Amino acid sequence: MTYMTDRKRAVGAGSAHSGTAHHWFMTVSAVVLAVMLPVWLYLFGAAIGGTREQVVAAFANPFTAILTALVLVVSMRHFAKGSAVMVEDYAHGTARKAGLIFVISLSAVIATTGLYALIRIAL
Amino acid sequence: MAEATGSSKRVERPLSPHLQIYRIQMTSVSSILTRITGHALMVGVILGVWWLLAAAVSDPYFALANAVMTSWFGKLVMTGSLWAVWYHYLAGLRHLLFDARLGLDIKTAERLGWACIIGSVVLTVLTLVIV
Repeated sequence: MTYMTDRKRAVGAGSAHSGTAHHWFMTVSAVVLAVMLPVWLYLFGAAIGGTREQVVAAFANPFTAILTALVLVVSMRHFAKGSAVMVEDYAHGTARKAGLIFVISLSAVIATTGLYALIRIAL
Repeated sequence: MAEATGSSKRVERPLSPHLQIYRIQMTSVSSILTRITGHALMVGVILGVWWLLAAAVSDPYFALANAVMTSWFGKLVMTGSLWAVWYHYLAGLRHLLFDARLGLDIKTAERLGWACIIGSVVLTVLTLVIV
């Protein structure tokens, strides 16, 4: 016998069965990225075309390093979740599972590689 | 149910969304462009992270990555990514407006779609001029 009523189980979950957690994550990460991106685009764009010494010096700057790390981590989570929705829209069965594993792994590999590069430049 | 009429023949129902006869609208184009730009941005991100990794690792590795980055191909990817990021940016802001129950009538939604397309081109040119 279960003590939870049907209504209690349904409240907040909606048709996606996970409530609004996904939508809220995308909203929060979008706002955070919207604040960071204009500054980061300028810093990254200015670093392109420089010599290796200039590029290393640019990303060794604490502000640029921390901002780049934040942009990488937040944007790759935003991508993984957004891309997962596309996979769920168009793929089914095993293809869906494989697609989800692929986009989540790809974003993790890119974020980790970028962080490794930033740490190596900073140290 | 229509199937339960005794006939084994499947009822041929129209399939959504009729891609062959679908009338393209501003709202549908601006919506699919958001998804396309979001995914296409991964090309620019991969190139950018690879270039940064090369800068962290060694001179010969950076020489290779920087040659790709500053080639016509690299410039095409970076300029394309710049437009994609600005489009996705403006389209995302539009979604925040929609979430706040603003601009949901058809006329305003279509105007906002044009604002995303024109605005992203303007911001791309502006960024290229400033940087």
